Formats: sequence, C-alpha cells, structure tokens
Amino acid sequence: MRFFGIATLIATLWASVSVGFEIEEEVSYPAILESSILRVISTADRAAFEPIIDAFQAENATITVEYTIAGTTEVMAAIQDEGATYDLVISSAMDLQTKLANDGFAQSYKASGAENLPDWVTWRDQLFAFTQEPAVLVVSDQFFTPDSAPKNRAALVALLRENPETFRGKVGTYDIRRSGFGYLMATQDSRNSEAFWRLMEVMGRLDAQLYCCSGEMIQQVANGTLALAYNVLGSYAASQQGKIDGFHIIQLEDYVSVMLRTALIPTTAQNVRDAQLFIELLLQMNRRTDLVEATGLPAIDTTQFQENSALRPIRFGPGLLVFLDQMRRKTFLRNWESSLVQE
Amino acid sequence: MKPNGSIRRRLFFQLAGVAALLSLAFFLVVRGVAERAAEGTQDDILAASATAIAESLGEENGEIILELPYSAMSMLGTVGEDRVFYHVATSDHTLTGYTDLPPSRVAPQPGEPVFATHDYRGDEVRAVYVKRPVGVASASTDVIVTVAQTRDGLAAISRRITTTATGIGVGFFLLATALSLWAANSALAPIQRMTDSVTRRGPKDLRPVTAETPTELVPLVKELNSFMARLRSSLSQTEDFIAEAAHRVRTPLATVRAQAEVTHHKLNKPEHRDAVREMIRAIDESSRSAGQMLDHAMVTFRADSLAQDDLDLSRLIAETCDRLSPTAGLKDISISETYPEEPVNFNGDEILLQAAFLNILDNAIKYSPDDSDITVTVRVADEIELSVLDQGRGFDGADISSLTQRYNRGANVGDIVGSGLGLTIADDVARAHGGRLTFSQNQKGSGACVSLVLPR
Repeated sequence: MRFFGIATLIATLWASVSVGFEIEEEVSYPAILESSILRVISTADRAAFEPIIDAFQAENATITVEYTIAGTTEVMAAIQDEGATYDLVISSAMDLQTKLANDGFAQSYKASGAENLPDWVTWRDQLFAFTQEPAVLVVSDQFFTPDSAPKNRAALVALLRENPETFRGKVGTYDIRRSGFGYLMATQDSRNSEAFWRLMEVMGRLDAQLYCCSGEMIQQVANGTLALAYNVLGSYAASQQGKIDGFHIIQLEDYVSVMLRTALIPTTAQNVRDAQLFIELLLQMNRRTDLVEATGLPAIDTTQFQENSALRPIRFGPGLLVFLDQMRRKTFLRNWESSLVQE
Repeated sequence: MKPNGSIRRRLFFQLAGVAALLSLAFFLVVRGVAERAAEGTQDDILAASATAIAESLGEENGEIILELPYSAMSMLGTVGEDRVFYHVATSDHTLTGYTDLPPSRVAPQPGEPVFATHDYRGDEVRAVYVKRPVGVASASTDVIVTVAQTRDGLAAISRRITTTATGIGVGFFLLATALSLWAANSALAPIQRMTDSVTRRGPKDLRPVTAETPTELVPLVKELNSFMARLRSSLSQTEDFIAEAAHRVRTPLATVRAQAEVTHHKLNKPEHRDAVREMIRAIDESSRSAGQMLDHAMVTFRADSLAQDDLDLSRLIAETCDRLSPTAGLKDISISETYPEEPVNFNGDEILLQAAFLNILDNAIKYSPDDSDITVTVRVADEIELSVLDQGRGFDGADISSLTQRYNRGANVGDIVGSGLGLTIADDVARAHGGRLTFSQNQKGSGACVSLVLPR
C-alpha cells in the first residue's frame, strides 16, 4: 500500500519574515493523485510525526499533507492573532489549546473514535487528546546509579541542598519564559506541591541552567555537563534513550504531571473533512502499537493511571486558563525568576 | 329510544382529558422548577467564582494586583465543558481578562452581584458582575469583576430534565388513563347489574326491581317500579274484564238460545217458526261475534307477553278437532286428520294456538257444504305447517291479502254469518309466534286451503 512512498519530500526552511509567527520547518508529503490538501500546524518534530502522516496517507492515498512545525506559542499566535489558515492544529501545550477552544477558535466534531476512550480525552468535542506524556527527571549516569537517584521532590531538594558543590551549575530545567511546555509543567507543579518552590529556590542557588527544549537538556545530561534535568518531556527522553547513552529517566514518586498532546480543528480550516479523518486516526493511537512504536509518543492508556496513582493527568477545563491570565502569568514569572534566576 | 353517546366513553374521555391536563401541568411545573434550579445553580457558581476573584484583588505600591485564583476558574468546569470568560477592570482601565466582554447595563453594588445574559463570541453566555472597592477607604478604587460562562451544560441539564419530566408525564398519563378506564367501568357496573337483573326476568314478571341500586339511579328505578305496578294492575284489569265479559255475554246468550229452541219446538205456525229460527240465527251470530271479539282481544293482549309452553302440536290439533266434531257432525261433515308419527314439539302459547286453529277449523266448517270432507294435516319439514283443506266455495279470486284484515270478509260470503275476525285472530297468533298464515285454492276441485305455518 505504500505506493505513495515514491512521493517526493519537499522540506523547506522558512525565514520568519513572511508571516507574523515563527516557523521552524515546513514539510510537504504529496499524494500521487492529489484530490485535496491537508494543512497541519504542529509542535511535534518530523521524526516523531512522520509515521502518523505515513499511516494517514496509507489510508487516504489522495490527500497531500503539508506539515508545518512551530513552537507552542507560535502555533497559538498563528491561530489566535494571525488568522493563519490551517486545517489541523496539534500542540503539546494543553493550556494554549484549551484557550483556543475556549475563545472560539476551534470547531466541534463528534469524533466516533472518542467513544472508545475515556471522557477526559476530549473537551467540548473540540480538543482531542491522543497522547499522554509525563514530565520526568532525567539524571546523568556519571552522577547517579539507578538506585542512588532521588525518588521524590523532597529527596531531590534535600540532595541538592546538602551537596551544593557537586551540583552547582549542573542542574537544568526549562526556561518557562520561552517554553510553553515548561510553563505548563511549572504552573501545574506550583498547584500540586509546596516542594516546587523550594526546589526552584535550591536550583536557583545552584545556578540552574535554563533550556528551551528537552533535546538539549537530555544531550547535556547524557554527556555529563548536567547532573540532572527537571521536568523533561518524558516521551522525548524515552525516544532518545535508544539513541544516546549516559542518562536514565526517573518518574518521581510523589507525583508526575502528565500532559496530553491535543489536536483541534480551527474555525478557519478549509479542509475540515480531511482534518476529521486525521483526528480519527489520532484517536486510534491506543490501538495502533505500530504507531506508538514508530513515533515514540505514548498513547492514551487509562490502566497506567490505575497502576500508578502518582500519575496526574492534567485535565481540560477553565482551570487551565488561570495561568494564562496576563496578570497571573506576570506574577508567576516574577516569582519564578526571583527563585531561580538569582543574579 | 335513540342511543345518545355512551356514559362509559364520556366518563373515560373526561377522566383521560383531566389526566392529560394534569400530566401537562406536571410536566411544565417540573421542567420549570428544575430549569430555574439549574439556572440558579449556574448563577451561584458564577457568583462564587467572581467573588473569589474579587476577594483576591489586592493593592501593592498603589497598583491593583490580582492573582487569579485557580479554584475560581476550575469550579466553573465542574458542571460541564462550558467556555469561560472573565474581565477585571476599574472604571477607566482593564486590569486583565477579555476586554470585549459586554459591560453590565445595571451598575453592581458591593455585595450585590448583577446577572445578565449576552451573546458573546457566537454563544449565549450568562454573566455575573461583582463590584469591590480595593485599597484603603479614603483612596479606594472600585473594581468590577465579570465572569461569564456559556450555557451548554445548562442546556444539557435542561434536556435531561425535559426527558425525565416527559417520561414521568407520559407515564402518569398512561397510568391515569388506565385507571380512568377502570373507574368508568366500575362506576357503570351497578347499571350493568341492574340491566342484567331486569333482562333476566320473564315477560310476565312485573314485580318491582329490588336489586341493589346506586343512589343516583333510585329515582329512575322508583319510577320504573311505579310504572310496572300501574302496568300490572292495568293488565290484570284487562284480563279480568275479558274473562268477565266472556262470561257475561256468553251465558245469557246461551240461555236465550236454549229458550228460543224450546219455543221453536212448541210453535206450530210456519211463519212463527221461521221468525224464531231467524232469531236463533241472530243469537248464533251475536254469540260467535262476541266470542271472536273476545278471542281477538285476548290474542292482542297475550301476544305482547307470549307464554312459552312446551306443546305437542299434534295433540293440540287433535283436541281442537274433537271439540269441533259435534259442530261438523250437524252438517254431516267428516274431518280427516293426518299427523306425523313423532310428536310435533313446539314452544308457544297454548291458548293462542288453540284459538287460532279453532278459528281456522271453524271457518272451514262454516263455509263447507253439508256432507263434505275437511282434511286437517300437520306436516313437519323446514317449517311446521298446520293446514285445513275444505270443499267449500274457496276464496274465489278474493284479495287474499285483505282477508286477514280486521272485520274484512271474503267477497262471496254474503249468506253466512261471520264477524270477519277469525282469520285475523289466526294471523295475529301466527305472527306472534314468528310464523304466518297462508291461503290457497284447493288443488282438487273447489275449496280453500288455509295453513298456519310456524318456524321449527
């Protein structure tokens, strides 16, 4: 069935001047007999998402997929402020996606695939979650044996506090001013645990390194530049584990925030029908082990939540809008900066 | 009597109609109350949310600050998946939130939230406005917190309530309808019981109705009983009168006739004897006429309430023939009778049937010439036929259908005494028993054949 395999891949690197939002990469997956074009804007990189697009085209051979990759805030800006016309928006920033749906930028679709999934997978028939991705602690093999790594935040705080010389300049986390995922996880942490602010204080005193993306953090942990990185995207770390040695992944035992990667169809979509087909495919992820394997994106799996009560899926709802409030965000960032960026 | 609708049906439809109205009222009330409760709940949550936001307002270095409480927003997600909008502003500038949220038409006062419904971003939203002064009393600033929420959750609740209310309403209606049917039947049961008790009576049973009677029917039954009492007394008077009249008329006539016969024998002069014979003839005519008129009255009287005697018609006919054989003998007329071997069973009024046959046979004897034959035959086929065949003058082309009319006689009977009631009586009796009287000319030569045909 992979007769579209001969389709040429056209990858274009865009300069950010032409549009009001920054695009990282745009890839086209042409169909041989093209009947329609599906324009997707997504935060997931090519390696992670290409298998899904392949699977989609295997079922819908006449649909050309144009895949645009951008950061979470850029995706938000594209839809909310620039009125860019995409047929499908896929983002790891649940809060921003929720805000898009809440503010009326998404259209409803009664997905038949959602019937087999728990209720919290969809919101308003506008947001469709298809992965569950935990935020994890990544530790370097040069600093920790699998047994010596801290098991919870209190232990982590104690460890850092007691060994400042070992860890100075060797702890990393997201720069939540630049990363939507980092901000989401930090705000959820602040709701979940008082230990979060203590951890930020300690990390700040240890001259924590700040990163935009999980990839760089994992790299640095693996080569020993960092001893540990906090709140790394677990699915990404897992996918890197086969490729890079030198680190391992720790799911803390007090709680693990689990982010849901979501898709929505914007109101400005021109090819709604194909976008709906794509959503149906995404909702099949939990039955498509081949896709889970190929993408490294963990599918929705409720049994995990039953087995590990520390897993806390972030729920859709107006609560996610709280930390997007401009005043609240300002306050939160100020607190975060005063804890972490001690200059 | 013309039937005009059914009480049962009227009762049932009226009860069912009332049930339908009550069901509808119930449905509207339940839905109304429940929807108001649901709306009230949404308003309460909105107010709680806005109040929580207002209470977290603070002042720092002369600037109003707000740390939007997580719970204030998350509580709005508890009912459904509604969109939520908020706006926090002083009188002159927005602090945070959706700046395009419609402002309140009525200015809220501290502690008194104002609610309004707007169209916002393509949906109907319910909004609450809460006012709170922030800062020290002398230099406080009024801040208005607006929280708005779409009403999808409310609509879903309303749909559920409507479904439930409809279900209960329909169930109530069906139950009430079934009960109405039962009630209508049970209310009319006494009437049915009375009808049965009256229907079961024989035709002669004119005793008063004594069955248990519902109060509402007591006047009707009373009237019916009084009517039956009057009928009973009237009937018994008539019966008495006929019997009395027969006795009073026949007895003196018989006496007079006997005296006339005696006188006739004593007289010698032929003109005197002729005169007395004429007298006897007139007495016979009167006697016969009176008898027939009484017979006819009796037939009319009895036909309304026919007795149901078990009869053997052969025996009945034979007796009647015996009774008239002396009369026939006077004219040297012989009566030959033919009966089936089996008894001819029939259910009817013995007195009437006897009178009918008596009249037919008497007629035959009367119109037969001396020294002739009369054949009486009882035949059973599809019907029972009692026929009397004479050798008299027959009907001679007379209008046969008029023979059975009262006081109407054949055209060729001028010289014979007759009242014209005989065949009328026979015909009335035949009809009362569901049969008929037929006439025909005697096939063999002259004479008439009169048949009383009765159903088996």
